[in-house]
Order: sequence, then structure tokens, then C-alpha cells
Amino acid sequence: MSAPKTLFDKIWEAHVVDEDDDGTCVIFIDRHLVHEVTSPQAFDGLRDNGRKVRRPDLTLAVADHNVPTSDRSQGIEDDESRIQVETLDANCAEFGLQLFGMGDIRQGICHVIGPEQGFTLPGTTLVCGDSHTATHGAFGSLAFGIGTSEVEHVLATQTMIQKKGKNMRVTVDGELPPGCTAKDMILAIIGKIGTAGGTGCVIEFAGEAVRNLSMEGRMTMCNMTIEGGARAGLIAPDEKTFQYLMGKPMAPKAGAWEQAVAYWKTLVSDEGAHYDIEVTLDAADIVPQVTWGTSPEDTVPITASVPDPATESDPNRRAKMERSLEYMDLKAGTPMQEIKIDRMFIGSCTNSRIEDLRAAAEVAKGRKVADTVDAMVVPGSGLVKEQAEAEGLDKIFIEAGFDWREPGCSMCLAMNADKLVPGERCASTSNRNFEGRQGPGGRTHLVSPAMAAAAAIAGHLIDVRDLADLANSD
Amino acid sequence: MDKFTTLTAVAAPMPMVNVDTDMIIPARFLKTIKRTGLGKSLFYTLRFDADGNERPDFVLNKPAYRKAEVLIAGNNFGCGSSREHAPWALQDFGIRCVIAPDFADIFYNNSFKNGILLIKLPEEQVAKLNEAAERGANATITVDLEAQEITSPDGEVIKFEVDAFKKHCLLNGLDDIGLTMQKDDKITAHEEKLKATQPWL
Ligand code: SF4
Repeated sequence: MSAPKTLFDKIWEAHVVDEDDDGTCVIFIDRHLVHEVTSPQAFDGLRDNGRKVRRPDLTLAVADHNVPTSDRSQGIEDDESRIQVETLDANCAEFGLQLFGMGDIRQGICHVIGPEQGFTLPGTTLVCGDSHTATHGAFGSLAFGIGTSEVEHVLATQTMIQKKGKNMRVTVDGELPPGCTAKDMILAIIGKIGTAGGTGCVIEFAGEAVRNLSMEGRMTMCNMTIEGGARAGLIAPDEKTFQYLMGKPMAPKAGAWEQAVAYWKTLVSDEGAHYDIEVTLDAADIVPQVTWGTSPEDTVPITASVPDPATESDPNRRAKMERSLEYMDLKAGTPMQEIKIDRMFIGSCTNSRIEDLRAAAEVAKGRKVADTVDAMVVPGSGLVKEQAEAEGLDKIFIEAGFDWREPGCSMCLAMNADKLVPGERCASTSNRNFEGRQGPGGRTHLVSPAMAAAAAIAGHLIDVRDLADLANSD
Repeated sequence: MDKFTTLTAVAAPMPMVNVDTDMIIPARFLKTIKRTGLGKSLFYTLRFDADGNERPDFVLNKPAYRKAEVLIAGNNFGCGSSREHAPWALQDFGIRCVIAPDFADIFYNNSFKNGILLIKLPEEQVAKLNEAAERGANATITVDLEAQEITSPDGEVIKFEVDAFKKHCLLNGLDDIGLTMQKDDKITAHEEKLKATQPWL
């Protein structure tokens, strides 16, 4: 009998095309998502060397980072953004790639549309020139974010060169308390392991609390694996995964479907498989999370206060904390719930799916956004938007004073027209609170969709579990 | 890709931890379809104030370090995004080597593909090099990739580890796409196998 294997071991081994003596592997890539920001130089490279795309049929392209989330009938105003999107269009035409253009209902954030189309499948390797590719791990797909040189490598050869990473498992036992979501869980995990905690590893998420998550919740968790420094996140596929994928446009069709599911069911870690690193959390201890600093590891329970750098013994870390507090204009000891916000953003590949919008709408229903807050809701794709509108969520948001917008990356990163102005403070459902991430000088607090909506209504960060006390403003 | 063999240069001390890719190059500078000319945006917010004036206290703005080709950095350098614009900006600015206790994975790969050597050393050794770098332009360090050795300004020789394949590519300035294409028969065989076992793909 062979040694017990982890889910990562199994998928990895099934994709090794060649292995050198030193462990450097050529790995076959089953799925490749391409977007406008990290691909132009890769296509140039192909052209310069007279190379073709080896497997256009395994490649799907979409413009997401630069697209406007307001009225699109006039095209993109910013010249540089427009050129990037037009370059993607031209490259896809030249190399014969399928593209969801700006006018396509299926357009959206690459990590939202992959699963939505059934392009993302269990047991596959999937790459994209974007660090949040880890999202697709929610389906038991080994998904890596790669740079532009690697994008070119994958386009040309349908493989990538990598050494196998380490196995890490994060187990969350028990049940999440009410008011807590997948976002709170992953923020708590990153707070615990640190932003370099998963460096060199593929993290498998396991345990009852993970199993109990919806596919959307699992995507939120895997999405932020990169903020814990890991190469990829993985969750073993199960009935929920199969249910989600059944009938999706690019998923296997009847006949092949049964065969696929039979294979997918083997994609679980064997009893006794070895993990290089194991971390365990109790879901019952998780409290809604919020970040105070400029790294996703700078997270605290909403019930806590801004931490004090004086308590940090490592001088480099203390310096980083002091710098963060200065940038965020926060004083140590301030209760998180007293921090006033100017903007609120619900969106990004972390939290822009239908379940996220439902959670936010539930909070928004019958309430009003504070006068001092500008709040925007940006669905992750055209199809999410359509579904939300079919459920009447758009009306709830609009009546409550939220701005309801067109799909795209939007204010997750300041590449399009949506951005913070210097000094503005935002409660955001995105994944990065880096300095300037949402606009130069902008200040970001990462939270779940429900927490973001609650903050927009209260005008300051607030514990969503106390919402009953929040007077309806009607 | 540019070759990397040996380098003798000024090293700039930058001990900040978790320097992320948005710090290395903010998102608004990614709106380019070229890989050149990004050096002027390197560390933009750290280097320039809101009016675009240089911040005199930022290390690469100090006269001693303006021509630095080596960075002595803090833990987890390059965390965050997969943007290859980060190594493109470093390279365009003239940085050919970064030494730190650890790097984020994607940034690590991206840098080697652009002729930048990243060296991981134990924390104490990085701290010592950082101290040496504090002495400014009078303190140059030498990096010899073939021998896998750093010579500090005091003449101390420090050995470092590097992945054999990455070293080979860097020493010879090799394009790894060409290397992989030589394995075409193996890739084709894998594709054939997939067709038989997982026809839905
Ligand atoms: S939503 Fe944000 S994190 Fe996700 S792909 Fe777009 S820019 Fe990247």
C-alpha cells in the first residue's frame, strides 16, 4: 500500500509532466484565466518569439480591473485603462482566445466568473496572472497566482515550472457563532498565522466549520489564502461542490458528469496523511473581525481596541506598527467601534457573490446609510448582478442609500475610476488594506459584507451582532 | 533575460517588514502594456510626497544610495500581488539583487524570471549586512552567484543557497519557455493521457 496522501499530493502528482533530479517539476495546467493587466507583455513575448497559444481551448479571458462600474455606454474614459482593455481584445482575437468582453452579461471579476461558468473544476490545476487565484481552491482545484512571465510560459506550453510546496492544514472545528462569516474566519486565521505564515505552502482548509460553509463562503476563505502568504488554498470537493457545478455552462455534461463526479469523490486527503504544518482553531472563539493596520494580519475582533506598538518586542515589527497607525491616523487604545468611516465598499473577488450581497441586503433592509458615508455595492459579475436584481436586492440597497453599480474589480484596487481620496476611511469587503491600495492616501478596514453594511448605516465600525440596537432610521 | 553572474555594488538598507507589492509599485502604475520605464514609479509613495517631491529621508533618495544595486530588506519582502511590474520596476531602477530573511512566493519567482537575484539569509546575517549597508556608499558588497557567496564590506564571506534550476537560468540568461518547449513530447503524452482519463477537461 502506498503512503497516505493529502489532497494537494494527489492533484500535484496527477499533473507532473516531468521532474528534474532537484525536484523542479513541469506541471500541466488545465485551466488558464487571463485578464488585461498582467497579460499584454506576455502576448508581446509570444509575438516576439513567433510562438502560439498551445491550448486556446483551456484559456478564458476577461477584462475586470480597469472596467468602469458606472454607465459603460460611453466606453472607458481613462486612456491608459482603455488601451489595456483594447489590447486584451486584440490579443484574444489574434491568438484565438475566448473573451467575455465589457458588454457581455458573463463579464465580471475573473475569480467570480471562473466558478460561475464551471470553468473551475475539482482536481484541476488552474492559474491566472493574479494573486487571488487561490479562490478556485474552494472547488478542490489547485490554483496558483502567477506573474506575467509565467502567464507567457503557460500560454506557450500549457505548463508551469515549479517545485512542490509544503503541506499545511488549517482545521476550524465546531460551529461559527451567529454574525460570523467565512470572512471573519479567514481574517482570524491570517491574524493567527501572519501574512507570511503560509509561505511555501499549500493550505488545506478542513474541519466542521469549513465543511458547513457554502461554496461562496469557501471561495472567500480560499481567496485570502494569499494574504497568509500561501501559494494556494484547497478545500476537498463534496456534494455542495457538485451541486454548485451541475448544469454550469462549462461543466461536464450528462454522461461525462457521472464519470467526473466519481473521480472528484476520490479527491480527499487520506487518513493519516502527513502535513508539514498544522494549525487548529475553534470556530466558537471567532468574533467578527476588522483590520486596524495596513497588512491583512493586522486584524482584531470588532470588540477590541487599536493595539499598542509598545507591546511589540521586535523592533522591525514595532516600527511597522507605528508606521501603520500613523498612516491609518489611529491612536493605540481607541475602541474599534469608535472609528468613523467616510466610505463603504462591498465588492471584490473576496465578497461580491450572491450570498455576500444577500447578507449585506439583510442588514440594509429598512435602514438608511449614514449621511456622512458614501456606500457602493459592486456585484462580482453580470450574472451576479442579474440574480441580485431578480431577488430585488438592488431595490433594498438603493432605498437604503447604497450606490448599485456595474461589475468589476472597482475600489478593490485603484486602477479604475473608483478610488478613495487621500485621508478617506473605508469599510471594505476586499482583501487588502495595504497603503494606497484603494487610492493614494486612502485608509482601509477589511470586514465582512454584513459588517460593512452595518458600518455604512452606523457611520462608524460596529459589531453587526449589535445591530438590533441600531435604530432603524425610517 | 539579463544574465546575473557577479555584482559589486552599493547596498541600500531597507529593514521594513512586509514590504508589499503595492508599496513597490502602486496599482495606478500598472496601466501600461510595456514592461519598461517603471523605475520612476518604484516605491512611489515612499519616495515621493503628495506633491511629487522627493522625500529626503527615504533611503534611495539619500545621496549615498541613489546608485544602490542591492537592497537589504526585511522579512516577507514582496508580499501581496502577482504583478510582475514589481520586479520590472526594481530592475528598471537598477536593483539587481535583494537580500532578506524571506520573500513572498510569487514575487520570488517573478524576480528570477527578470534577472534579479533574491537571496534568503538567516535573520541575524541580514541584520549584520543591514548594519554594514548603513555605512553608505563607502560600503560595497559583492555577490557571486556561481560561487553562491556574498562578500560583505568587511571582507566576511557569507554562503547562500539558491535553487539549482533558477541559478542555471540566471547565470546563462535563459528563457525557460524555450527549455520547456524541448519537452514537447512529454507534454503531448500528458495531454493524450488526460483525454483518455478525464475527457471532460
Ligand atoms: S477584485 Fe481585487 S483582488 Fe480581486 S482580482 Fe480584482 S483587483 Fe484583484
